[in-house]
Amino acid sequence: MPDNKEYTKKVIQHFKNPHNFGRIKNADGIGKVGNIFCGDVMWVYIKVGKNRKGKEIIKEIKFETFGCVAAVATSSVITDLAKGKTIEEALDINKKEIADSLGGLPPIKLHCSVLAADALSEAVYDYLFKKKKDIPEKLTARHERIQKELKLIEEKYQDYVEIRKRALGK
Amino acid sequence: MAKRKRIYLDYAAATPLDSRVMKEVILHFKKSFGNTMSLHSFGQAAKEVLENSREKVASLMGAQRDEVIFTGSATEANNFALKGVAFANKSRGKHIIISAVEHPCIAESAHWLGLQGFEITELKVDKYGLVDPKDVEKALRKETILVSVMHANNEIGTIQPIAEIGAVCRKAAVFFHTDAAQSFGKIPIDVDKMNIDLLTASSHKMYGPKGAACLFKRKKVKIEPLLHGGGHESGYRSSTVNVPAIAGFAKACELCREEMASEAERLSHLRDKLISGILTEVKDTQLNGHAVKRLPNNVNISFFFVEGESLMMQLDLMGIAVSTGSACSSKKLEPSRVLQAIGLKPHQIHGSLRLSLGRQTTKEEIDYVLKVLPQAVENLRKISPFSR
Repeated sequence: MPDNKEYTKKVIQHFKNPHNFGRIKNADGIGKVGNIFCGDVMWVYIKVGKNRKGKEIIKEIKFETFGCVAAVATSSVITDLAKGKTIEEALDINKKEIADSLGGLPPIKLHCSVLAADALSEAVYDYLFKKKKDIPEKLTARHERIQKELKLIEEKYQDYVEIRKRALGK
Repeated sequence: MAKRKRIYLDYAAATPLDSRVMKEVILHFKKSFGNTMSLHSFGQAAKEVLENSREKVASLMGAQRDEVIFTGSATEANNFALKGVAFANKSRGKHIIISAVEHPCIAESAHWLGLQGFEITELKVDKYGLVDPKDVEKALRKETILVSVMHANNEIGTIQPIAEIGAVCRKAAVFFHTDAAQSFGKIPIDVDKMNIDLLTASSHKMYGPKGAACLFKRKKVKIEPLLHGGGHESGYRSSTVNVPAIAGFAKACELCREEMASEAERLSHLRDKLISGILTEVKDTQLNGHAVKRLPNNVNISFFFVEGESLMMQLDLMGIAVSTGSACSSKKLEPSRVLQAIGLKPHQIHGSLRLSLGRQTTKEEIDYVLKVLPQAVENLRKISPFSR
C-alpha cells in the first residue's frame, strides 16, 4: 500500500495497533475530555504507584477513545509517554512533545494532541481531588479551563446532551 | 505477506479512465492538437473532433448539439450556470432558489451571489434528502430568475423529482438548472421530458478523463460568460479547447449510452446486497438517503459509536477505499451539510461512510467488504468509551 501523505508512519502505526487501550477497573483517576458533538472523546485511566525514591508515579495507564485517526494515535502515544513518569513529569507532557513523538501531525489535527494532554491532566486532577491531596494552582486552572470549554459546547448543543448521556449509559 | 488486492469503492469521487476511452484520448492527443479557432487544416480537424464530440454528449441528454458548452470541470459549469444566469438576468429580478443538499460549488456560488446583492432561498429537504416540488412553487416570486436543484446527491445518492420541479419552473417561466454530475451516464436523462433549461455534466464521474465537463443551456436562456477572451465555445467560454479530454468525454458518453441499462441493474443489485449485508452484520447502523429513489451505485451508512475518518482508515489498511461525511476528515472540520440537512445528529454524521460502486466492482469485492467491515467497526468500537 502506498504511504499515506496526510499522516506519518508513526501515526498510522499507533492507529493500527494502539497501545494500552481499554479500561482500568478501580482506577485511581479518570480524565474525560472532548465531546461527541465535535467528534473526539478521550478517556484516560491511571493507577498511581511509588518509585524507589518514594515519589508518586503513573504506574498504569489506559485509554478509551472515540475519534479520528489522530485522536486514537495521540491517545495511544500519551500512554507510552506517561507510563512510569512521576506525576510532575506527566503533567509536563505538552502538545508539542505528543505531536513530535508521532513524527508530526497535520496542522488541522494539532488539537488532538491538546486533547490527549488534557485527558491525562484531568486524570491526575481526579486522582488528587479524590485523595484530598494538594492540587497545584496550575492544575486547578487547567481543570477549570477544560470544564468551562465543555460547558460551552454542551450549551451550544443542548439537544444532544441527552444523546450523550444515553451513549455514556448514565 | 501476500499482496492483497485493493478495492476501490469511491467512484462518486472519481472514476478510473475506461481503457476504451483512454485509446480515444491518446489518439486525439496525437492527432488533434490544433487550436479549434485556427482556420488551417490542423485547427479545422480539431474543430471537427470537437463538434462530433459535442453531438455525442448532447445526444445522451436529448439535447441539440449547439446547446452544449464545454467547460473544464463540473464546478466550473455550476459556477457558470449560477453566476452567468444571475448576471445576465438581474434586470428581471435578483432572486435565486437552491436546495439545502447542493454540492459546495452550487452552495458557495449562491452564497457569493448573496454577497453581490442577490437574494438566495435554500429549500429544505425531507429525511431522505428529497425536495418537494410544492416547496419550490411556494418559494417562487416574481423576482425569481433561477432555480437550481441537483439531479442526484453526491453523498447520499437521493434522486430528486426533477421533471416535477422543472414543470413548476416552466409554468412560472423561471429558468431551471440541475447539477447532474453524479447522475449523467448512470441513469436516463432527457432535458425535454424533464423540463430542464440548464444541466451540468462531468466526464470524470463516468469513466472519462478529468478536465472535461459541460453545461447544457437552452438557446432561450441568457447567460454571461465567466471567462472572456478569444471567443471559444461561441463566446460563452474562452480558453483553448481541450480537445483530447472532450473526445474522451464523448467516448465515455457513447459507452454509457450502450451499457447504462444493464450496468444500472447490475450495480443496484450489488448496492442492495451491500446495504442489507451491512445492516444485518453490523449492529447500531442506519442507511442514509432513500431506499429506492437512489443512484444505483451509492451506499451511505452511519455506524454509531465510531468516527468516520477512523473507519475509513481502518478499511484503507485492509485495502478498501471509501469516503466519509465526518467533520474530522473534512478540511474545515465541519460535518457534512447534506447529512445535517436530512436531520442527522452529530453522532450519526461522525460515523457516516459512503461506499460508491462502479464499473469494476464485482460481487467478490462486495463479499470481501462484507466479510471484513464488521471487524473494522469492532476494532474501533472496542477502544471507544461509548460502546459497551
